[in-house]
Amino acid sequence: MNEKTMYELRKIGFYTFIFIIVVWMGIPLIVSTLYAFGLPDEYYNPHRIIPFHFTLKTVKMLLFTLGGWDALKNSVIVATLAIIISFILGLPAGYSIARFIFPGKDTIKLGMLALKIFPVPIMAVPLVMLYIRLHLIDTRLGVALAHSAGALPLVVLITASIFAGTSAELEEAGMVFGLTRFQSFLKITLPLALPGLAAAAMFTFVGSWNEVFAASVLTFSHRTLPALMLTLMQTAPDYYKFAAAFIMAFPAMIYVAVARKYLISMWGIALK
Amino acid sequence: MVEVKLENLKKYFDNGRVKAVNDLNLTIRDGEFLVLLGPSGCGKTTTLRMISGLEEPTGGKIWFGDRDVTYLPPKDRNISMVFQSYAVWPHMKVYDNIAFPLKVKKYPENEIRERVKWAAELLQIGELLDRYPAQLSGGQRQRVAVARAIVVEPEVLLMDEPLSNLDAKLRVTMRAEIKKLQTKLKVTTVYVTHDQVEAMTMGDRIAVMNKGHLLQVGPPTEVYLKPNSIFVATFIGAPEMNMMEVSVKETEAGIALEGEGFMLPLPSDLGELLRNHINKTVILGIRPEHMTIEGVSTLEHVKRAAKIEGVVDFIEALGTDTIVHTMIGGKIVKIKLPGHIPIPIGEKVKIIVDLDNIHVFDRDTEKAII
Amino acid sequence: MAKKVSKYVPYLLVAPALIYLGIFIGYPMIEGIKLVFYENGGFSLATVHRAINNYYFWPALRNTLSLVVIIVPTQLILALIFALAMNKVFKGRNIALTLLIIPMTLSDIAAGLIWYSILSPSGFMNKLLINLGLIHTPIQLFGYQFHTREFIMLVFVELWRSTVTIFVIVLAGLQMISQEYIEAAEVFGAGYWTRLRRIIIPLLKPSIQTALLLRTIYAFSIFGIVWVLVGRDIPVLAGEAYYQVTQIKDYGVGAFYALLIAIMSLTIGIIYLRLTKAEYLEVRR
Repeated sequence: MNEKTMYELRKIGFYTFIFIIVVWMGIPLIVSTLYAFGLPDEYYNPHRIIPFHFTLKTVKMLLFTLGGWDALKNSVIVATLAIIISFILGLPAGYSIARFIFPGKDTIKLGMLALKIFPVPIMAVPLVMLYIRLHLIDTRLGVALAHSAGALPLVVLITASIFAGTSAELEEAGMVFGLTRFQSFLKITLPLALPGLAAAAMFTFVGSWNEVFAASVLTFSHRTLPALMLTLMQTAPDYYKFAAAFIMAFPAMIYVAVARKYLISMWGIALK
Repeated sequence: MVEVKLENLKKYFDNGRVKAVNDLNLTIRDGEFLVLLGPSGCGKTTTLRMISGLEEPTGGKIWFGDRDVTYLPPKDRNISMVFQSYAVWPHMKVYDNIAFPLKVKKYPENEIRERVKWAAELLQIGELLDRYPAQLSGGQRQRVAVARAIVVEPEVLLMDEPLSNLDAKLRVTMRAEIKKLQTKLKVTTVYVTHDQVEAMTMGDRIAVMNKGHLLQVGPPTEVYLKPNSIFVATFIGAPEMNMMEVSVKETEAGIALEGEGFMLPLPSDLGELLRNHINKTVILGIRPEHMTIEGVSTLEHVKRAAKIEGVVDFIEALGTDTIVHTMIGGKIVKIKLPGHIPIPIGEKVKIIVDLDNIHVFDRDTEKAII
Repeated sequence: MAKKVSKYVPYLLVAPALIYLGIFIGYPMIEGIKLVFYENGGFSLATVHRAINNYYFWPALRNTLSLVVIIVPTQLILALIFALAMNKVFKGRNIALTLLIIPMTLSDIAAGLIWYSILSPSGFMNKLLINLGLIHTPIQLFGYQFHTREFIMLVFVELWRSTVTIFVIVLAGLQMISQEYIEAAEVFGAGYWTRLRRIIIPLLKPSIQTALLLRTIYAFSIFGIVWVLVGRDIPVLAGEAYYQVTQIKDYGVGAFYALLIAIMSLTIGIIYLRLTKAEYLEVRR
């Protein structure tokens, strides 16, 4: 076999491999979306591989009769609270690590790294007792507090590397021209760091949006979307499952479409 | 060792929108040190990468002796390379870095040890074999990269701006060392650089490239003294060659060049070369070191000279030399004089031009006429 | 660069985050230990006994460990192959890349339900195979009598869902490797496999290390996907913790399972870090 055919064969092999990846990753997403809007009769018809007729009934039922809409709102509120809490706490810490030299800094950084890999949701079980005492059980704030603890180490490390990447000199220039350090931070460093911080916020949002263990353990009536679906889906007919999958996956897919470029580089930053 | 021949070599990027290398024809002689010189983006690195096999040509052929290697992968070419960033692998100790090419080619263990020792001693890094690259200075890493490149005794040695990441002082030392090493090993070498001093001091021959084209090939002195185009003339030599627009005039005393504020009569042999350009505008080029100022310094070995007038505008005292900026008809002309020369600014001076070292270029084609 | 300010400012800025983490990780840790070992005002192993003697405990532990042992190494290999492929430039790369990272933003529940549309008795796969005439009755994958099938299915869906974690980290690491390192190996005669084995993988070691660590620890707390697809047919530790807390209201046993997961995570973390030190990154000039 000569060089050219070898090369062609390898190219064909490579594209076949890519094609398999695309099919493997893509088909379940497409099929479940189609099934979410397909007529239930067609789903149970063994000769209709893909539904021909579509309806919004199942999704609407799930949202407005079975509590999906409220759960969705809870999810958004919890995730937003988690961003706010973890940023209020994490931003100053990240800034401090990026800008100052102080004894114990390396230990703190290492500790953050260790906590980042610690399965925080698992800590939700003992938290139940504390929450009962503090009347935080079954509240959105309670779940948000737990999610914040999960996100916080990552927020600190990411913001630290973002701030380290924005020039301290620019900030100092602001201070030379009469701003305090805090004003200088607000007017100069923060706007520069904004794109990176936005990505970190989205990261926190997605983490909270998807977290199910703590959300399930810490609530019973104010459930977030995954927590609600976890209980509903055990008894729901199949077509509700696909509708549920769609409701949960839709925002995530939008997020990927918007922030794909960021996603990989964010991990690059986060794991350095 | 082997002769390397490039035939109509082409490399296009972006479906032919970017022509990085255009119909390059060049023969690198057996055992020669050839320098590919040009500004960044001129295609010199692309050419080197095609010789290495890292880049596949769009067209043309590459010969090593009578072997057609155009589409061979690098591993089948028996080449070595020194990279700009050294590319000394951080996860291997110095010994393993140098031994890598031998191990890949399955040399016996004891021969590997001997050859690594030989190469390391040649580069004076015998002490460092047990260290990781992170523990070395830039200069030491450079030596490791060179040792790794010569350890297999390749047929062709390729170097991609190997000195550009070193500080100025180290660069001078390594320049001499690499040159001596190459002379000793007699390996056919292609050395890419944008630094004309490296090219002048190291190359047996220099090939000057610009915008994907090969402009001139020749020994350093030839390229320096007889540049064939405006680009080569200005790229080599520091300070840069002075360039002036002049028109060719026929006078009673023969053919002369008339510029803004001066008239330069030419000896008849030079003048005849410009007969086809009479009453046209051409570009006159004179190197700063081929002029002097009357009463201040003399030019040695000058057979024929002419004088033009100028006014001293600015002095750059470099210690060993003095660069005198003179104003001739509204244009700055630089003159390089040896030693420290105090001339008051604003003084009118007579500038002596060495007529055997002037260059005249066609304004449109930019090619040399004289 | 960094500057000396008032001695306390850096600490004041870090303190809130540290205190918060102390409350939400340190406190539950202590509380958890108390829940497990404390009863009627004294030390007691009653809860531990109850937890260990639970019918589901040993299967849950065994399933959790086997899932980790099967899934994580497979994912590492898959992720490496994907990352090497995606590090090339080719037509359709963006589509493939987008599809590969979508699961990163999906909850495990959503992923489970998405795959249910393919795998259920009336799902895509069964209907497709029946209509192609390859089978006559649907292949049953669900139900406790199909224990092995359920297990294989879980592995498969987890591979689909969470290989991406390793993939993005390895890809990011791959993109940080200077191309010249690889080209140098190529010039010195190394073929693709030698380059991969001797240059690329050793240089990727720090990324692989981080990715493996993260993934292993997440894998120990596998829960949602199991719960939504097979329920307690295949018990896992986190699932049992959830069950004990929400259904039985036995917080002590739940806490024991949670602590066990935490301890296993920490242990594996320490082992990883010990085993996979990259010597060349440790040296100092």
